[in-house]
Amino acid sequence: MFETLHRYRYHYLMLLPGLILGGMFVFYPIFAACYYALHDWSGFNSDKVFVGFGNFVKLFSDPIFWDAFRRSLIFLLGTVPLQMTISLVLAVLLNNQLLKMSTWFRTMIFLPVVTPVAVIGIIWTFLLSPFNGPVNGLLLDLGIITRPVDFLGSTDTVMPSVIGVYVWKWLGITMIYWLAALQTVPDDVYDSAKLDRCRGAKLVWYIVLPIVLPFAVAITLISAVGALNVFPLIMSMTNGGPFFASEVMEIFIYRTAFATGDGSIPRLGYAAAAGVFFGFVVLSLTIGQAIATRRARAGAKEIRS
Amino acid sequence: MRSRLSPLRIVFGDHRANWRIGLVSAFLTVICLIWIYPFVWMISTSLKSNAEMFSNPGLIPQGWAVENYARAWTEAHMGSYFFNTLIVTVGSVVIVTTCTSMLGYVLGRYRFPGRNVIFFAFVATVFIPQGFTIIPVFELLSRLGLSSNLFGLTIATSGHAMVIFVVLFAGYFAQLPRELEEAARVDGVSFLRIFWYVMLPLARPMVVTVVIMQVLHAWNDFLLPLVVTLANPAIRTLSVGIYAFKGEQFIDWTGMAAAATISIVPIVVLFILLQRYFINGLAGAVKG
Repeated sequence: MFETLHRYRYHYLMLLPGLILGGMFVFYPIFAACYYALHDWSGFNSDKVFVGFGNFVKLFSDPIFWDAFRRSLIFLLGTVPLQMTISLVLAVLLNNQLLKMSTWFRTMIFLPVVTPVAVIGIIWTFLLSPFNGPVNGLLLDLGIITRPVDFLGSTDTVMPSVIGVYVWKWLGITMIYWLAALQTVPDDVYDSAKLDRCRGAKLVWYIVLPIVLPFAVAITLISAVGALNVFPLIMSMTNGGPFFASEVMEIFIYRTAFATGDGSIPRLGYAAAAGVFFGFVVLSLTIGQAIATRRARAGAKEIRS
Repeated sequence: MRSRLSPLRIVFGDHRANWRIGLVSAFLTVICLIWIYPFVWMISTSLKSNAEMFSNPGLIPQGWAVENYARAWTEAHMGSYFFNTLIVTVGSVVIVTTCTSMLGYVLGRYRFPGRNVIFFAFVATVFIPQGFTIIPVFELLSRLGLSSNLFGLTIATSGHAMVIFVVLFAGYFAQLPRELEEAARVDGVSFLRIFWYVMLPLARPMVVTVVIMQVLHAWNDFLLPLVVTLANPAIRTLSVGIYAFKGEQFIDWTGMAAAATISIVPIVVLFILLQRYFINGLAGAVKG
């Protein structure tokens, strides 16, 4: 035992700082969240009461929780397909080597990705504002609407609006993933396609897409996990309102844990239970990704060989 | 047919391919202009006076209302939030790069008792959402007395994001050739020196990627700084500051546009200067 420790002392020494940091902010919180989830606890005092799975039982019969969960799913299904298809089209266009301004276009489309989410939330609240907002101004001028639409203030339009802004914000990153995938298509594939007079949309559809398909699985799941972590965007645009119409899982957790605004008591244990449940959903998505990617890669290898 | 001079031929030359490229370029230009319109609008609004903002919907401001920036910088405390963000960003970059490069080096290149357990633990937690861990993180910080100061915010920001970097570093170090390291060992160079003088310089592309991704993460982070600064507004970061600004003075659009511009300029400049690394670093995440 001591011999092993001594032999690998430098290895362990170099692990130490990272393990302490990870222990404090990654591993400990995971276990602690599971522990809190089993207690009835406000977070203010030390009155922790062990309730077993009581929080989960309460959670599963809480309509507000299910609404938030359903909204997270709607958000996921609303954003991922849009993001995937639009970014693929742009990536295919940008991948053309003859396109001189390709880098410029890429930079511009990527710009929202590097912009802090809170800032994006603020800008879009202005742009979509019913009072003098430019989007409403444009729609009024074009005669598409006759009265300003309160995009973020009415329960019907708030989710589509937030979904639209989310896609705008993160499309650049999906496009970079697609471009990376497209770059794995060997040049001789294009050359032989040219000989067969296959080009344009036909080339993309029948030859390029099947080659990049294995990447699609990984990209979809990365995007899906991203779409479940939308706290900052929704918080800065709507705070989960109006009337909870945009309250997704993370806003629900934040509101129950820190109870800002509505004057009710924070319920840390209950919020932790929601967090744990949410974490497991994301984790199973991740495991799904690992399995699906492996299968898709194996399948692709078979096709190639 | 071929010899006839058409406007299209003058612009795009003789090849049909060029003509198509021109069309695609024009299409993409329009898309991109719409795409960055929010930024243009924001900068334009930040230079208008509050009165002009309502009377002039155009993008070109009549004057230079620089007082918006002064107001945002001092009255809305964007100045101090700016430095808070800078401290958190630089601090967390230093901590994260140091910790994760060492972890990744040892985990990626050596087999020793406990290695697999540690490595698996990191891989398994890559996608844990922040909502899951925020409550215990806040608890831990309060118990350590760090829940309302910049140091606490800095180490928590470092801790949350480190997992993916450990995995990236381990993968990178694992594929570096063995020879250099062995040559150095034969020369009697110590283990720690080999890492510092031989291996880390070889891993420079990955170091750059990690630094950039952490800068991006720290500058953009919202939930953690929001929770940590609830009790102490003086240590707000830009993201939280601008969110609070919106809550406090909803009518001051031009001031807020100026505040927004202040908080995105550094990160956008950094991105444009180093975009090759940004793009390659991200692309590596899919290819790997």
